[in-house]
Amino acid sequence: MIKNTIFTLIILFSLTLTGWTQGDFPEKPNPPKLVNDFSNTLSDLEIRKLESKLLAYNDSTSSQVSIVLINSVGPYDISDYAFQLGDRWGIGRKEKDNGILILAAMKDRKVFIATGYGMEGAIPDALAKRIVDQLIVPNFRMESYYTGLDKATDMIFKLASGEYQADKVTSSGNSGGALLMFLFFIFIFVILPMIKNRKDNDNHMGGKGGGVDLFTTIMLANMLKGSSRGKFGDFSSGRGGFGGGSFGGGSFGGFGGGSFGGGGAGGSW
Amino acid sequence: MKKALIPILVIALIGLFVYTKAVGVYNTFVQTEETINGQWAEVETQYQRRADLIPNLVNTVKGYADFEQQTLTNVIEARSKATAITLQADDLTPENLAKFQQAQDQLSGSLSRLLVAVERYPDLKANQNFLELQAQLEGTENRIAVARRNFNQSVQGYNSNLRTFPNNIFAGWYGFERKGYFEATAGAENAPTVEF
Repeated sequence: MIKNTIFTLIILFSLTLTGWTQGDFPEKPNPPKLVNDFSNTLSDLEIRKLESKLLAYNDSTSSQVSIVLINSVGPYDISDYAFQLGDRWGIGRKEKDNGILILAAMKDRKVFIATGYGMEGAIPDALAKRIVDQLIVPNFRMESYYTGLDKATDMIFKLASGEYQADKVTSSGNSGGALLMFLFFIFIFVILPMIKNRKDNDNHMGGKGGGVDLFTTIMLANMLKGSSRGKFGDFSSGRGGFGGGSFGGGSFGGFGGGSFGGGGAGGSW
Repeated sequence: MKKALIPILVIALIGLFVYTKAVGVYNTFVQTEETINGQWAEVETQYQRRADLIPNLVNTVKGYADFEQQTLTNVIEARSKATAITLQADDLTPENLAKFQQAQDQLSGSLSRLLVAVERYPDLKANQNFLELQAQLEGTENRIAVARRNFNQSVQGYNSNLRTFPNNIFAGWYGFERKGYFEATAGAENAPTVEF
């Protein structure tokens, strides 16, 4: 009997334990959003402004900067919570790990900027610390939360600019195909007529032909060059691995599975 | 003749089954062990990074003549003790890991005492060089925490895999052993709840 109760107690205890660790983190937002205010601190307009700003940055550079406001991180260090949340949601691209998470716990009055592995070079901890101390904390103290976040993201954009570009699919396979097409066209339109011409020339009096072929070659080559730029450029602009949706320009396509290794800095206000 | 064939077949089948199972288990263990080795390397790298930062920190603080010498000496001693213990990835027994962790935690302790002592020196706290070092040190501590957590998670999977039946039998044959964890630092329990 006693054994049984102990057993159930242990089971219950372990259940609550696992329940804890799962329930401590909010679910990935669906539909995906870059700005997630669980604490109702920002107004709708402010959220929309930040969202569109971050979305534009994501579209142009593929770096994902996400803002999350919650009430309290409870037993966690805010840094630890930020890394785990960033990992769970997968902020940043998987192969680049170029995600940044700005996490603020409003009741704890703590804030942390977590940088993904790939962003640690662009925004080393010391700079993240400066962003927190000089841009976020002073504004948060005056309760102008939007201004603080706005300035911080501006500074992050500035620091990280040029670090990553949106994916352009100039993979070797594609350009190889283009080259093959090019050679094929040359063969069809230039070399075959040349051979034919030569035969023709043999049969007739001969003389001209060569000049025209050279001209055609150059013209065709130019046309091909132009067209290949246009056509293949179009193909490549589909932002790879983005789960679609980004063409409308309106909504965020989702986090990419980036991971966090402990970069970043925080502070409290 | 026919009667003898059936037992032979059965034995051969069982033998084949055991063999494939053994190979599968062996390969899984080798793979998880490699993952753990990689994560252990990350743990060591981050600890090494912290050890490399400390001389800079000590030199910066030393410039303030009246800074208490005892605190500095403690940090230096703890650092040399901690760096003296290196642990190979194939030697991660619970005892060795506990020793390693103890040395590193001692260094953590003396470092945090140093940072507390700094609070009493306003001009040191305003020193840009010191502030950067402090930020780097904090970042390194964060990275250590992440590396340790990743390592612990892998070891947990490995250990529980190792101890479940029938893997425990195979593991005994091949000589795979339990690996040590990092223990949570005291005071991390019984705290308030998370609020989204």
